[in-house]
Amino acid sequence: MKDLSIRRIVRELGQALLPLALALAVGAVIILAIGENPLTVFGLMLRGSFGSLRRLSGTLQEASPMIFTGVSVALAFRAGLFNIGAEGQLLIGGFAAAWAGFALTGLPGPLHVVFCVVAAAAAGLVWGLIPGILKARLGVHEVINTIMLNYVALSLTNFLVGHPYFKEPGQIPQTRDIAASSVLPRFEFLYAHAKVNAGLWVALAVMVAVGYLLARTRYGFEIKAVGYNPEASEAAGISKSRVIWTTMGLSGAIAGLAGAEQVLGVFRCFVSPFPFGYGFVGIAVALLARNNPLAVLPAALIFGALTSGAQEVDVHSGTPREITVVLQGIFVLFIACEFVLRRKRRVGETEGGPKAGGKGREEEGRGEDG
Amino acid sequence: MTEPSTTNPTALAVEMRRVTKQFPGVLANDCINLQVAYGEIHAIIGENGAGKSTLMSVLSGLLKADEGEVLLKGHPVRGRPHLVSRRGLGMVYQHFMLVPNFTVAENVILGNEPGDRVHLDLRAAEEAVRRLGQDYGLNLDPAARIEDLSVGEQQRVEILKVLYRGSDVIVLDEPTQVLTLQEKNELFETLRCLVRDGRTIIFITHHLEEVMALSDRVTVLRRGRVVASLAIQDTDIATLAQLMVGREIGPGEKRTGDVTGDVVLEVSDLTAVSERGLQALDGVSFGVRGGEILGLAGVEGNGQRELVETLTGLRIPSGGEIRIGDQSTHGWSPRQFLEAGVAVIPENRRVRGVVEPFTIAENLVLGRHWKRPFSKGWVLDLGAMEAEAKSLISDFGIVPPDPEILVRTLSGGNQQRVVVARELAKKPVVLIAAHPTRGLDIAGRQFAHSCLLRERSLGAAILLVSSDLEEILDLGDRIAVIFEGRITGILPREEASEGKLGLLMVGARR
Ligand SMILES: Nc1ncnc2c1ncn2[C@@H]1O[C@H](COP(=O)(O)OP(=O)(O)OP(=O)(O)O)[C@@H](O)[C@H]1O
Ligand SMILES: [Mg+2]
Repeated sequence: MKDLSIRRIVRELGQALLPLALALAVGAVIILAIGENPLTVFGLMLRGSFGSLRRLSGTLQEASPMIFTGVSVALAFRAGLFNIGAEGQLLIGGFAAAWAGFALTGLPGPLHVVFCVVAAAAAGLVWGLIPGILKARLGVHEVINTIMLNYVALSLTNFLVGHPYFKEPGQIPQTRDIAASSVLPRFEFLYAHAKVNAGLWVALAVMVAVGYLLARTRYGFEIKAVGYNPEASEAAGISKSRVIWTTMGLSGAIAGLAGAEQVLGVFRCFVSPFPFGYGFVGIAVALLARNNPLAVLPAALIFGALTSGAQEVDVHSGTPREITVVLQGIFVLFIACEFVLRRKRRVGETEGGPKAGGKGREEEGRGEDG
Repeated sequence: MTEPSTTNPTALAVEMRRVTKQFPGVLANDCINLQVAYGEIHAIIGENGAGKSTLMSVLSGLLKADEGEVLLKGHPVRGRPHLVSRRGLGMVYQHFMLVPNFTVAENVILGNEPGDRVHLDLRAAEEAVRRLGQDYGLNLDPAARIEDLSVGEQQRVEILKVLYRGSDVIVLDEPTQVLTLQEKNELFETLRCLVRDGRTIIFITHHLEEVMALSDRVTVLRRGRVVASLAIQDTDIATLAQLMVGREIGPGEKRTGDVTGDVVLEVSDLTAVSERGLQALDGVSFGVRGGEILGLAGVEGNGQRELVETLTGLRIPSGGEIRIGDQSTHGWSPRQFLEAGVAVIPENRRVRGVVEPFTIAENLVLGRHWKRPFSKGWVLDLGAMEAEAKSLISDFGIVPPDPEILVRTLSGGNQQRVVVARELAKKPVVLIAAHPTRGLDIAGRQFAHSCLLRERSLGAAILLVSSDLEEILDLGDRIAVIFEGRITGILPREEASEGKLGLLMVGARR
């Protein structure tokens, strides 16, 4: 079956890269319309994101939070849950990390970092458990609740940052700086003041752990079973509601870690308003990765590169840097199209009769596990 | 609607030439030629996985053949199912194609909605469905939602759908699986009527008596090839069985020995309410002893589904009690029923039975996956899962015999084998078997029966829910009949006859 799986990987890769190719094609038309040469601009983007150690470090830094949120969304997806709330979970997690960072003092370095990271995960956990429990117990749809909790998280952190206990004296709305012992070290070994920080290791570890969880553990088996067929899972003695609330909680905790990475590794305090969007990009990353945790890494790198290449474009060409945002948007659109098409094909396959389409083993989100 | 049929006498209603369809690792159809004349009832038979459903999907345009030609009423079939359907092909798939949260009427009219361009005349639709149902003896509540119906009722909806469309070539893939004898006879009468009106019918079944009773011609498939195509008067059941399997099939195993065990499953005055808010179970009481098979006969939709669900913890009863051994099951979760040794073969394998995107191995351990040897602590033992899968695959003859194949790609009968194999492997104390042989071929059916009898001799208490009286009479020690949520009678096997049971099934009290 080896050849089959290699063929499958190649085909999946092709399918995954198709949206990117299409997005670049549309982007090229736009750039032409501006009167620039698309090839030059794409070349600049490539150089800007991978062209040197410094630029690569920038790309990795952009990708780090996306790995967390991508894994978070992908995990929930596997249980059939749509976690749109990674954004809010990230905010709450980040805030908790900042609080633990300045409030706890006198701890030795590594221990303090661990405390802050755990605080972020715990805060994200709570923020995921709320919609999880509402869904499991009352059947309230998680999409609505996670969206609302995003707003609650935004307002809550905004409000708290202004509170004298948290606020750094002065004009800028931000919390007090975290203690030096709680800072996630940057990759100084690459070069001085490298952007990327040790949060990347945590992200990779979480990614591998979730991959293992899904592929090899009992709990992961139950998550997938509920995601694929809740009725049959129930009949097999799996508690659907338990899987739902625990998975939502876990997903929230992972998104909360993204906040810790940003606060402990980048800003060293919680700024308000907090940089927006990693939670939502996580949805696109998960879709691109077909909800396969290990595929989140390349997917996050692509999105990271699109962001970090912007500056180069801005400085060295007449195209405004916003072109990369436009590109990301178009890219997401094509990923979504492809997702919908795949869904449709699958529905045609299952309900349209015995099992049409001649598809053997490839399956959305099945990924590498098993 | 359908085009008028071309009445060219030399042309064939359906002609398939050298149709070949390859799936990864399985040659499902291998150079198949099929000729169906106008006005013919043509049976297609073959073992599970022989390629019958695949061939019909090629005919309906759902699957594209790798090679070969398909002609429907002389026109080549290319592509889309809805175009083929407009050419007059009506198809009842083995796995139903119904919209679960639509009503019966909405499903029947789907694609042929009455009313003007803008408005949908649902009232007219419901009326039409009711009338059609009465005409053809397929009774249904047009306003009921599909997801609340039993498989037997869903089957009737599927049949009504093609009748409503007025298709002139009708394909039925195992339509009789969950119908009672009475319903079968009515369906056959309907089909004969349709043929008299000039329609053409292709039907697939595993019951050779049905082939002999109904069809004009029969085509036998074996492992993707046509092994014979015969006029019905030139053949008989034994020959067909021989052709299908390639060897002789002996008679099935019979029940032996008396029941001596204690009552293990005891149901008293059980009531339950359906999704529609109707009284689905209305004071059901019975007991099943260890080493006993209690057959539950009845027309589908009389509370069987709700009974099976309450007996496994999937539905909370509104009153009454279920006792297993000496324990009351009040407030138990499905998991607790499972841990107490209750296994269930659900009526609808694709809903409650299998997780289709899972592999055969994963499905075979589902519901036991938390136990040793499949889990050690938190971690799954994939090796143990595979070993278990391999042994069950060979015991139950699941094809293709590869634990890593997705269950979605299995033929209907092989999916059923996966469910039966898994539930029997649980070594149940109480076994609830709803239509356990649904979709199985002759050999598979016999094997499943001997498995049930083996469990019986090992002391399991078995409730066998089936609409197939023959099965119930072969296996049951006692036979209960359910009608409108009530048990209308329980007879010892010796006193039961098809006639008596038939009366009880339509509500006559004993
Ligand atoms: N989508 C698919 N992918 C891979 N293999 C498939 C697919 N569909 C069918 N097969 C294989 O093709 C073979 C024929 O399947 P088919 O469903 O036509 O059998 P069948 O004759 O209808 O059997 P049954 O009586 O069990 O319904 C089986 O071995 C099945 O595993
Ligand atoms: Mg079939």
